[in-house]
Amino acid sequence: MTYRIHPALIVFAAIVFFFLLAPLVIIIGSALSDTTYLTFPPRGLTLHWFENIFEMSAFRRTGITSFQLAFAGTALSLLVGIPAAYALNRYRIELPSWLSTVYVLPILVPEIVFGFSLMKSVTVGLDTPIFLTLLIGHALLVLPYSVRVVSASLASFDFSIEEAAISLGSPPLKTFFTIVLPNIRAGVIAAFILAFITSLNDVSVSLFLTGPGISTLPIQILAHMEQFFDPTIASVSVLLMLVTVAVMAIVEATLGLTFLTK
Amino acid sequence: MKHFRSWSLALPATLAVLLLLVIPVASTIATTFGESAGPFAPYIAFFKSGFRRTVLFRTIEVALITTAVSLVIGFITAYVIARMPGRLKSIAIIAAVFPLLTGVVVRSFAWLIILGKNGILNDFLIWIGAIAEPLSMLYTEFAVIIAMVYLFVPLMILTLVGVLEGIPNDVVEASISLGASPAATFRQVIFPLAMPGLIVGAVLVFTGSFTSYATPQLLGGERQMMMGTFLYQRAMVTFDWVGASTIATIMVVVTIGIVLIMSRIARRLNPMAV
Repeated sequence: MTYRIHPALIVFAAIVFFFLLAPLVIIIGSALSDTTYLTFPPRGLTLHWFENIFEMSAFRRTGITSFQLAFAGTALSLLVGIPAAYALNRYRIELPSWLSTVYVLPILVPEIVFGFSLMKSVTVGLDTPIFLTLLIGHALLVLPYSVRVVSASLASFDFSIEEAAISLGSPPLKTFFTIVLPNIRAGVIAAFILAFITSLNDVSVSLFLTGPGISTLPIQILAHMEQFFDPTIASVSVLLMLVTVAVMAIVEATLGLTFLTK
Repeated sequence: MKHFRSWSLALPATLAVLLLLVIPVASTIATTFGESAGPFAPYIAFFKSGFRRTVLFRTIEVALITTAVSLVIGFITAYVIARMPGRLKSIAIIAAVFPLLTGVVVRSFAWLIILGKNGILNDFLIWIGAIAEPLSMLYTEFAVIIAMVYLFVPLMILTLVGVLEGIPNDVVEASISLGASPAATFRQVIFPLAMPGLIVGAVLVFTGSFTSYATPQLLGGERQMMMGTFLYQRAMVTFDWVGASTIATIMVVVTIGIVLIMSRIARRLNPMAV
């Protein structure tokens, strides 16, 4: 659309962007403050609070747990999600239409209700180890991304290429890995990234599933915030923002950021 | 067996959702109907209690205000972004995506620094002389709403930029060349075509804020208890699992109800589907 927009709207949008970004700048500023309390603008600059994170074993431990969960949960969701997405597209007429709705249930059901129910039925009901229940929760939470994003990619894949390979004698599994997978690479990467970041930032599902000795970073941050109000939290937040920057760089390099508006 | 291959591929994911999500959630819902005091006893108790009703109504109110404000802010901003030249547009999209990919805890935390007693907003207001004593802004409905709007505006922007860019140029040009003013074009062409996107955005923001936990916990605290924080308190502080399951069931009914109703409305309103 080429006609001009009212200058007032441009000013409005500029204010919105200020509103979106200023709080993040404030976090970075307070993480650098040389005071024992949170303040902005920072008074005196120090990196002490970043060192402090690594000295606090709780943040280190939960940080490692969160990354393990995000990797393993995302990998698991792709492991079951890619075949499901493939089946939905390849054998569309054979499978019932409600099946694709099943895979979005983890988004449709409120996360906190899912976490609570999983705690009651699995942690308490089946007495499973805490890490395992967390892994189940995270893998299911991100399954919709795996199925839907990969599915969107498969929707534009021409299955006759696969048939050609098979009719020329290529075994089905080999065909999948050499013909199908390279064609849906972008979808798989996108699904991985969305799932990974969702898992890493999750609060509502993990909330009920953490237990003695095992917690995730966001839950640990919440617990810390309720007791202390020092710049340590701000510096942890800055580190998490750096993870976001890294993720965005990967998205930009592989898919281009405009992918996120589609 | 017929359809063996298709089902064997879809089975692991399907079973995982059914066994580990549908059954546990169904059992949570079933808990509330298995009471000896009568099938609806927990719900009667819920709606009889003034406090619990207040929590439910407060949550609906906060979610509705958040949705309305995010719709207005998100739509105007997306409208401007959709008309930006290429390079500026990518920068704008990065600026909207970045907060979205940053965690809820981090983004809520920022408002703790801003709205606190010794926070930036109070410092600023005292500095310009608008107030003499710092205001208590934390643990108010205002704090929860502003943080939630902050949380959901990027989601709204990204949803709507996609929709607005999908509106064919020809349609807008046709409207203008036939003599419609920009305002009329907006009201009669762009707005109706964006309607399905507005509905999707509204549903995402409403259900997201209705079921949120971290933001009301950090910025509302005990005083501004909402459904999410109330569920946690019932389950993990007072160990009233039937009470917690009742809250959970109400949350499921409200969110799925909204999704079903709004997707039906969206289908009816979609002018491209004629």
